[in-house]
Amino acid sequence: MDAIALATITVLAIFVGFEVVSKVSSTLHTPLMSGTNAIHGIVLVGAIIVAGQASDPWVLVLALLAVVLATANLVGGFVVTDRMLEMFKGRRASTGSA
Amino acid sequence: MSVLDPTWSALLYLVAAICFILALKGLSSPKTARRGNLIGAFGALVAVVTVFLSSRLENIPWILAAIAVGTAIAWPVARRVQMTQMPQLVALLNGVGGGAAAIVALLELGHAGDWWIRLAIVLTLVIGAISFAGSIITFLKLQGIMSARAILFPGLPVVMGLVIAAAVAAGAWVVAGGPAWAAVVVLGLGAVVGVLLVLPVGGADVPIVISLLNAFTGLAVAASGFVLGNVLLIIAGTLVGASGTILTRAMAHAMGRSVAGILFGAFKGGSTAG
Repeated sequence: MDAIALATITVLAIFVGFEVVSKVSSTLHTPLMSGTNAIHGIVLVGAIIVAGQASDPWVLVLALLAVVLATANLVGGFVVTDRMLEMFKGRRASTGSA
Repeated sequence: MSVLDPTWSALLYLVAAICFILALKGLSSPKTARRGNLIGAFGALVAVVTVFLSSRLENIPWILAAIAVGTAIAWPVARRVQMTQMPQLVALLNGVGGGAAAIVALLELGHAGDWWIRLAIVLTLVIGAISFAGSIITFLKLQGIMSARAILFPGLPVVMGLVIAAAVAAGAWVVAGGPAWAAVVVLGLGAVVGVLLVLPVGGADVPIVISLLNAFTGLAVAASGFVLGNVLLIIAGTLVGASGTILTRAMAHAMGRSVAGILFGAFKGGSTAG
């Protein structure tokens, strides 16, 4: 795809990113940060592509390191966000019953 | 082997991108937050399956093993971490994501023909390295391995200025077609910038800096999307960069601080809260 098409997609994504979180309540700041942190773990797709094209052993080793790091970001990010929200719900329920 | 033709893989990447937007939307409201996070995870799964089916990949057993290793490390840690230690875990996960983006860009340097692709590589290297090194320092501070107070030394602004100037020079050389070692220099200077940026931030301001570095990693991932010509990485990275910037401002605002004050207060001779 040419540079202009990619730039168009980028600009539109900036506006979507601004808009979609503009009304976040302050209690959700930390889980939202953690959730966006998990989403950028999708760089795993890039790491897989680079590892899949590697023919030199050193390139493969570095690319596989990137796969490990990106997987940790992606998997750890979604799991830790889910745990935060789980506690969030528990805390709200306990204060409600008290 | 490639099972899917490019149209199908583009459509599946679009599905993943929509999942990420819905995830952010869901995470903004208490009622839908948990479902939003799961939608995001589903989108990531769709994207990873798509890349295996749509690209001509060598070394697939190695890649699957690396994914298994990354999952085996991150899953138990994320399941068992104490609530009080979650911020530093997020910092660490953010840092390794930035590191992964930087490695991807470094390895793509050999395939970069156009100058704008080399520019995207330089941006990925710098921002990824800042995010990696800065996040590691915030992790060390929050974990108590390093002092959580603001660390200042005389001449910090001068050192910072010189390092940034050197990084810009080395980066310009790479864009102009310089050697591969210049890209490694860019990576190293970016890491130094990351350390110098975070050292003067202390105490209660650290979570806000994690959020800022999180937005940085998003931008690094978006730049790596330009490097690889991958639309999903561009959309996901840009979404995180943009929403992370808004979130950083909102977090600073909630504490009655300004982002510029947190980052540069120490440079002006004042001290940061803590």
